[in-house]
Amino acid sequence: MAFKIIVCAKQVPDTNVIKINPKTGTLIRDGVPSILNHDDANALEEALKIKDKYPDTHITVISMGPPQAKDLLFECIAKGADEGILVSDRAVGGSDTWATSNTLEAAVLKWVKENGPYDLLFAGRQAIDGDTAQVGPQLAEKLDLPQVTYVEEFEIADNLKDITVKRQMEDGYELIELQTPCMLTTIKELNDPRYMNMKGIFGEKDIKVWNAKDIEVDLTKVGLEASPTNVFRSFTPAPKGKGQILEGDTEKEVAQKLLINLKGKHVI
Amino acid sequence: MNFQLTKEQEFVRKMVRDFATNEVEPLAADIDKEHRFPVETVEKMAKYGMLGIPFPTQYGGAGGDHISYAITVEELSRVCASTGVICSAHTSLCCWPIFNWGNEEQKMKYLPDLLSGKKLGAFGLTEPNAGTDASGQQTRAELVGDKWILNGAKVFITNGGYADTFVVMAMTDKKKGNHGISAFIVEKGDPGFSIGKTEDKMGICASSTTELIFQNCEIPADRLLGQIGDGFKVAMSTLDGGRIGIASQALGIAQGAFDVTVEYMQARKQFGKKLSQMQALQFEMADMKTRIEAARLLIYRAADMKDKHMDYSEAAAMAKLFAAETAMYVTTKCVQYHGGYGYTKDYPVERMMRDAKITEIYEGTSEVQRMVIAGKTFKK
Repeated sequence: MAFKIIVCAKQVPDTNVIKINPKTGTLIRDGVPSILNHDDANALEEALKIKDKYPDTHITVISMGPPQAKDLLFECIAKGADEGILVSDRAVGGSDTWATSNTLEAAVLKWVKENGPYDLLFAGRQAIDGDTAQVGPQLAEKLDLPQVTYVEEFEIADNLKDITVKRQMEDGYELIELQTPCMLTTIKELNDPRYMNMKGIFGEKDIKVWNAKDIEVDLTKVGLEASPTNVFRSFTPAPKGKGQILEGDTEKEVAQKLLINLKGKHVI
Repeated sequence: MNFQLTKEQEFVRKMVRDFATNEVEPLAADIDKEHRFPVETVEKMAKYGMLGIPFPTQYGGAGGDHISYAITVEELSRVCASTGVICSAHTSLCCWPIFNWGNEEQKMKYLPDLLSGKKLGAFGLTEPNAGTDASGQQTRAELVGDKWILNGAKVFITNGGYADTFVVMAMTDKKKGNHGISAFIVEKGDPGFSIGKTEDKMGICASSTTELIFQNCEIPADRLLGQIGDGFKVAMSTLDGGRIGIASQALGIAQGAFDVTVEYMQARKQFGKKLSQMQALQFEMADMKTRIEAARLLIYRAADMKDKHMDYSEAAAMAKLFAAETAMYVTTKCVQYHGGYGYTKDYPVERMMRDAKITEIYEGTSEVQRMVIAGKTFKK
């Protein structure tokens, strides 16, 4: 039986060019180029590496977002994923992490109803727009899955059951053994995501769009109104002063320059 | 009329832009200096399906279109024109004639390896005394029993030193002139076939440009591509398509030089202001941008006509003529706006200027493009 992987991915605005609506405190997405969230690209890559080794592996990418997020699924399939599912409905718009994980849980359950159990669930650690790192862990809890976050190394045994992961910590790492099915959230140290390939770009695309009714989600648990958290305020931090690079032929010369600089500023 | 790229074409640009930025650009200056053919890049292009874009999947192609192919050559050439022409010569000059003129056995035998990039292709028409005037072919092919025997030499063959499969033109009946030329598939390792001198060139230094030498070269009878006497048609139809590739290469060079110059002009200050704030230079940049965009539209139109199986020969000639002259015009100005720095190898624009020149010469000089266009104009 084929190994089945679900990857959660999010389309995010390119952080180099984002603006914030001063009234609502939310991101203005119009006119801003959208990209596949960085950590999610690592999640997909790890799934694709399993598929490279075990070609009958089936990869489903699930995303929640506006209709144009279909582009993200296009990109994931062009990289090698088998199918893409977009959950898109005004009813789930404005969801916070709790409401989002409720939505994704319902989508995963619908997928399971149609396709049977999955073996692995991957998600990126966090999205570069919200930066919460909560949706992955919440989803794992709701699906009652063992989870490891901040995965920087991943290995799966040939029995496709036993997994060893290295979990990044601030001051070291943890080596953790666990078994499928489980949920892992990934970080950029895990791998180097591949490019799309031409055959993938021009090939058939299995992209489905599901609405709130399709996934039979409890409408009182999704969307802006149902979200227990609200964005209090978003703002663009004032840019820090420009750094200065001191150069010299010897370390001593650079140190002298530094000293003169610091004295000149009356720091020392 | 539709001026919007398709979703697929947009993703092709995104993919190749990313690929070129990360894999091609970091090597460009070094491989130019070292005159080194970037084998590792060719392997990566193969892995991502970039060596078989506009061909059906049944032969191992990506199932794409010629605008996507043009975008690919453009984006590669934007950072490295040598890498761009490796893709262009392989795709347009070797894969395409086999795809278009080959019989089913030949297609099944050669295309899967070529389109997957497992093998690299090249094309041999030009000879020491037969460049633009193809009818002066001195390479001969004689049918002896069930084998063709080839004798002669080809020059200036792009990808020559690294190709595995060659489409080669040779005279089978001298009396018939152009109608006496036939096309053949030659493989690396065929007895009597060898690679001669590698050219030391002004630009596209990382592309391998060599002689091909045939000394009683023996190939099986089934290597004839098309019918006996079809060679001139094979060559001319192949070059029509090749011109879309070279025009795209020229476009990429121009766009690349333009982009780095825009960046430079926003950083470089003289007389108390940035170069980008000087109106005389702004206007020049506006002219360049307009010409680049015009070249792009001519190329995409020719590519679109090719996909629609229309007669695109004149459109391709116009695209190549205009794009090549644009590349020379833009790169020369870009070196100028970099001043002394532009003349050094610390900046990429001098390389782009050297690379641009060849686009006015190979796969039909600008004079030949004008002959094609004039020929269509005054044809009765």
